[in-house]
Amino acid sequence: MRVPILKQSQYVIASIQSALSDEDLLQLRDDLAQTVGRYRSRGVIVDVTVLDVMDSFAVRTLRAIAHMIRLRGAETVIVGIQPEVAFAMVQLGLTLEDVTTALDLEEGLAHLERQTAAGAAHVK
Amino acid sequence: MSSNRAPRRDEPGVVEEPAIAISSSGDIVIARQRGRALAAGLGFSGSDLTLIATAISELARNIIEYATTGEVILGQAGKNGRPGIVIVARDEGPGIGDVAKALSAGYSTGQGLGLGLPGVRRLMDEFEIDSEPGHGTTVTVRKWLR
Repeated sequence: MRVPILKQSQYVIASIQSALSDEDLLQLRDDLAQTVGRYRSRGVIVDVTVLDVMDSFAVRTLRAIAHMIRLRGAETVIVGIQPEVAFAMVQLGLTLEDVTTALDLEEGLAHLERQTAAGAAHVK
Repeated sequence: MSSNRAPRRDEPGVVEEPAIAISSSGDIVIARQRGRALAAGLGFSGSDLTLIATAISELARNIIEYATTGEVILGQAGKNGRPGIVIVARDEGPGIGDVAKALSAGYSTGQGLGLGLPGVRRLMDEFEIDSEPGHGTTVTVRKWLR
């Protein structure tokens, strides 16, 4: 099923609602790359709280999303990785490398606020 | 070359569910959800359920990527009075030429053959593989209730 993408001020939030097939994940990647342009967003949050499995494909696709969004000029934060999912990822040797993560939606938004505020201060 | 013993369908004490055909990414989701449900019924805890579902996902993914089609067979087993789950992932794809290399440790995909088999091995308690070039691959993994 398609992941709903909501606009919240200068950010967009992709809130995953159920288990995703590979095609769903690739659709999310393409949708987000389009959406940041349409809304001129400064940041993207991908909420993976409901995912009970993040396998190699899911992790690889989330990395690709973050790198694509960065090339589009915005920041991505992955929020809500569950403790048991984090453990399975470590056991499998899967990493998100330089992709920013946060505990939950609230922390993710706070991170983006700090990032964009710092960016704005730097321009002055 | 094959390593370890070939998995037997007639393993004593193993109760198998009908095979789940794997030929699309949707089948990967179905296989791991059925595996999670079976493991939950056997009494596995939340973190073990995630490890089991993730292992099934990776094994089913290897089938799609390297053999295109195959099957996953879930079953329950017992060992020393402890119940467990047994997962057999079978395909008739190209097989693995160097099983030892495919199993060689290394957390990154830069090492080994990048099949993720060492990772799957770490997620489960027991791991067996039977593979021969041209004759497909069968991976059998088990996890016992703690």
